[in-house]
Amino acid sequence: MKSQHLLIVLIAFLLFNCKQDAWQLHRIQGAQININDTLQPDADIEAFIKPYREHVNRDLDSMLSYAPETYSKSDGEFNTAIGNLFADAVYEQSNPVFLKRTGKNIDMVLLNHGGIRAIISKGPVTARTAFEIMPFENSIVVVGIKGSQVNELVKYLSKAKRAHPISKLHVVLNKDYEILEADISGVVIDTSKTYYVATNDYLYSGGDHMTFFQPEESLDVLDYKIRNALLDYFKTKDTINPVIDNRFIKLNK
Amino acid sequence: MKRRQFIQQTSASAALVTVGGFGLSSFSTAEKSKKITILHTNDVHSHIDPFGPEDGRNPNQGGVARRASLIDSIRQENPNTLLLDAGDIFQGTPYFNYYGGELEFKLMSMLKYDGATIGNHDFDNGIDGLFAQLPHAKFDFISANYDFSNTIMDGLAKPYKTFTKNGIKIGVFGLGIELAGLVDKNMYKETVYLDPIEITQDMTRILKEDEKCDLIICLSHMGYNYKNNPEKISDLVLASKSKNIDLIIGGHTHTFLSKPTIVKNSLGKNMLVNQVGCYGINLGKIDFYFDKEKNVTSEGNSIIV
Repeated sequence: MKSQHLLIVLIAFLLFNCKQDAWQLHRIQGAQININDTLQPDADIEAFIKPYREHVNRDLDSMLSYAPETYSKSDGEFNTAIGNLFADAVYEQSNPVFLKRTGKNIDMVLLNHGGIRAIISKGPVTARTAFEIMPFENSIVVVGIKGSQVNELVKYLSKAKRAHPISKLHVVLNKDYEILEADISGVVIDTSKTYYVATNDYLYSGGDHMTFFQPEESLDVLDYKIRNALLDYFKTKDTINPVIDNRFIKLNK
Repeated sequence: MKRRQFIQQTSASAALVTVGGFGLSSFSTAEKSKKITILHTNDVHSHIDPFGPEDGRNPNQGGVARRASLIDSIRQENPNTLLLDAGDIFQGTPYFNYYGGELEFKLMSMLKYDGATIGNHDFDNGIDGLFAQLPHAKFDFISANYDFSNTIMDGLAKPYKTFTKNGIKIGVFGLGIELAGLVDKNMYKETVYLDPIEITQDMTRILKEDEKCDLIICLSHMGYNYKNNPEKISDLVLASKSKNIDLIIGGHTHTFLSKPTIVKNSLGKNMLVNQVGCYGINLGKIDFYFDKEKNVTSEGNSIIV
């Protein structure tokens, strides 16, 4: 009897004890705190960032080239000065890389109008300019496609009615947006020939509904970011002088 | 109910071992409740400096130095605080292009982050680029569903980590988004993506039953939800299909929520999913209050959001 009694006391104690001992989640409170200028910046963190910031800003703001005018992607209907610069820069910078790797030349360049993210302002052209017009990390790829696919590409341009940046390709539309002429470096497109088109990885993958790059005959990833190509291009030019030309036009006939 | 029984059994067996001593500390302490604070960021994307006053979208917001002073004041108020990041630390300002993530990791270390999971953009300089910056991170990378066995990152990310704060054990496990189609294979190389639902079953079991955590947090870079593709795994999907997670801290979709979302898990129990936008504009703060069991009425956790 006695030991049984003790056991009950012991169990009672244990139950009581474990009730005391266990921590149980009973309330959750959630909040979101906006980080803004009402908060005092931490002086140590600020001091730590300072030399990095100064180095980046010094580099970003150092002059690479000079722009005699302000250039915007809304300057022209089918081709713009800034878009022509964009596509020509990609051609000039990546063709030597492609030629060295493959022994072949790039036939043409196609980029997208939406990929030009800012204007080039009159005055010094800096690294910051390149970061502003090309904030994305897209890289240059060279896609080998049949002439028949290049014709699809031209058809796309005629329907898009936008100044998608091109280089080496020449397209003339009539007043109804029908293709009157299309050639690459002055030679009519041969449907059975393979053409090497430089573009970016986003468009190659079908971005902006550019579905004509696949299936491809060949693909060369140049490991060369578009932005870096622009930076390198600016470094080679004392003054940039992009113009609207006749590479992609519409006639009123 | 199982959770309560489990705690009772554990405590009872512990008491049996020491029976006779009666000197259990819980008897003498007057502490009636404990508070654990979880602070979190996601998708900071190399935004170290605040946005300028002329910024069209987020003028005068963000900034690591301001975040540091805010976190300091919260830690002073409650030292039992964890600071976590849900990935995409890299990419978004020239700081990343110039320094490859070094400054981001150094600053997060100075802010004493306790852990971070890996976002898709953290592969932007390749898995080698991430590896190269690891010496600058004094916090752990937590990822359970990226199998790095055949990569340079092998053994350098933990599937989960536990922290004990004021006697409360907190388990944190990490989940990443499927990389195929989102990140170039040349960047993530032989990283193998594992099914988040299956991994979560393993993680919650380990953290609850083996590690005996009082609080389980999932640090996710899977995205809040996908309206046009509701079947796609996301934080809301995981929340409703899992159990024993108290909080999912999310990222990837740059979702600004006016308040954390309360979701019923697979057992019908309420839990929280939160995400605080991007670029270090906001800091998430979730306080968990623990009470002695006698003060708790059945299963009722009150969630105030």
